[in-house]
Amino acid sequence: MRTIKEINEKIKKGQVVAVTAEEIIELVKKKGLKRVASEVDVVTTGTFGPMCSSGVYFNIGHTKPRIKLGGGAVKINDVPCYAGFAAADIYIGATALPDEDPRNKVYPGEFKYGGAHVIQEIVAGKDVRLEASAYGTDCYPRKKLETLLNIKDLNEAVLFNMRNCYQNYNVAVNLSDKIIYTYMGVLKPHMGNANYCSAGQLSPLLKDPYYKTIGIGTKIFLGGGIGFVAWHGTQHNPGVKRKENGIPCLPAGTLAVIGDLKQMKPEWLTGVSMLGYGVTLSVGIGVPIPILNEEILGYVAAGDDQIYTQVVDYSHNYPQGIAGSLGEVSYAQLKSGKITLQGRDVPTGNLSSYSKARSIAEQLKEWINKGDFLLTEPVAALPAYDSGYTFRLLTERPLGQ
Amino acid sequence: MVHKRIVLHFPHRLVDQPIVYRLTKDYDLQFNILKAYVTPQEEGLMVLELSGKKENFQQGIEYLQSVGVKIQPLSQDIIRNETKCTDCGVCVPICPSGALVMDSHTRKVHFYDNKCIACELCVKICPSRAMEVHF
Ligand code: SF4
Ligand code: SF4
Repeated sequence: MRTIKEINEKIKKGQVVAVTAEEIIELVKKKGLKRVASEVDVVTTGTFGPMCSSGVYFNIGHTKPRIKLGGGAVKINDVPCYAGFAAADIYIGATALPDEDPRNKVYPGEFKYGGAHVIQEIVAGKDVRLEASAYGTDCYPRKKLETLLNIKDLNEAVLFNMRNCYQNYNVAVNLSDKIIYTYMGVLKPHMGNANYCSAGQLSPLLKDPYYKTIGIGTKIFLGGGIGFVAWHGTQHNPGVKRKENGIPCLPAGTLAVIGDLKQMKPEWLTGVSMLGYGVTLSVGIGVPIPILNEEILGYVAAGDDQIYTQVVDYSHNYPQGIAGSLGEVSYAQLKSGKITLQGRDVPTGNLSSYSKARSIAEQLKEWINKGDFLLTEPVAALPAYDSGYTFRLLTERPLGQ
Repeated sequence: MVHKRIVLHFPHRLVDQPIVYRLTKDYDLQFNILKAYVTPQEEGLMVLELSGKKENFQQGIEYLQSVGVKIQPLSQDIIRNETKCTDCGVCVPICPSGALVMDSHTRKVHFYDNKCIACELCVKICPSRAMEVHF
């Protein structure tokens, strides 16, 4: 029907028709697949939620005299960074915590500040405090460095997240009789609330369930700037059960993404604190889906009432690694504010901001319509549904003996 | 009739006195204790819903102040930092008073501070720490 190259020609001429993943649903209902497929070139998706496997690497520039941070110890605003690289490269992970944070010693821990907050401050253009020690060598004699850093002075600052953008996610409840504090938020006893974490019908991988357009090299909206899909994300698990519409009804594919932090904005990369759990980074991602044919439009047109997920107990089953669902619900039900479980109404809360996901899809649409964002052809596919690629638990083998 | 929610701060020396009881006995006011605790500094803190005739209400407040209880209106206690809030909505099922509501159309979360009973449950569970206590 149309190729990415043809879409890009239309973007350059200002003739492209882009709509959001939300708008397309109504459009297809009104006009039918065939007609909409001939009219719409691109559908934009969006998601904004906590994504723990995120981080930033920097090159801070060489000092005079030189210091080799590699193998030494580096902290930014008291948060430890990873320094197992060359002289001036470091990586800070979203969930890293200052050594002196009490963690869960005072239960539930508050986790007020960590790597994700450092990342948000750096993106916001604030000065941060770097303290480093090194062992000193003949070529890198210096052993100590204390300085303020600002993003504008760094050689490179790159967001590189090894797992983002989960294709679908669990709904968490608590079957026990005491309150629990999880990465899915605070869960009240006896199924007092049910928390979910997805943008549903706006979420990128739910709209391209078989990864027919999203692949390695796909250009995306990342943290308010431009990024790319670098790889499939860790724990990518494409072979899970799917509905007839192809959409997985439990967590499945994931993306590893990369992009220039210098273009990003703090409102799309937000440090968050999960009570009793830790610090994480809420990341905004938007992926354009080229409507290459009617089949792809068919996937994109699925609404919240056609996308399902599983309810999981986080008091016992999840922590013990026991599989099993307490029930299946649609995102339309989740979004209504309550779901019915075991004959009872349970109020729902989302950790992922739907209104922000919507703004991302709108923003990306605007970039495309204004000619500021061209699509890319993926250079390689993500491991597919039938690839046999799967997610395994660790088989522990005792040490020693 | 006046119907107000207020926060009372009791200095340490008054914590075990039957002060609130006198609001009913001497001033014919009705109260509902929404929250009460003793801070680590041993100051007593109580959130009260107080109702009664206007002049009684005024006198009751004056009585509290005369014995050394500090009083402040409730609505200014919990404030949402609009730039921090991401409108995720995870606070909605946690709020016991229906002060945090998801708008089904805009998918933004409204904060009705007149409904807030300052239980502070949202303050710690908000991942963005957008709900702030201002004393
Ligand atoms: S939990 Fe916090 S960020 Fe989320 S909607 Fe409530 S106040 Fe806003
Ligand atoms: S403090 Fe927060 S949770 Fe408690 S009533 Fe007010 S808004 Fe609701």
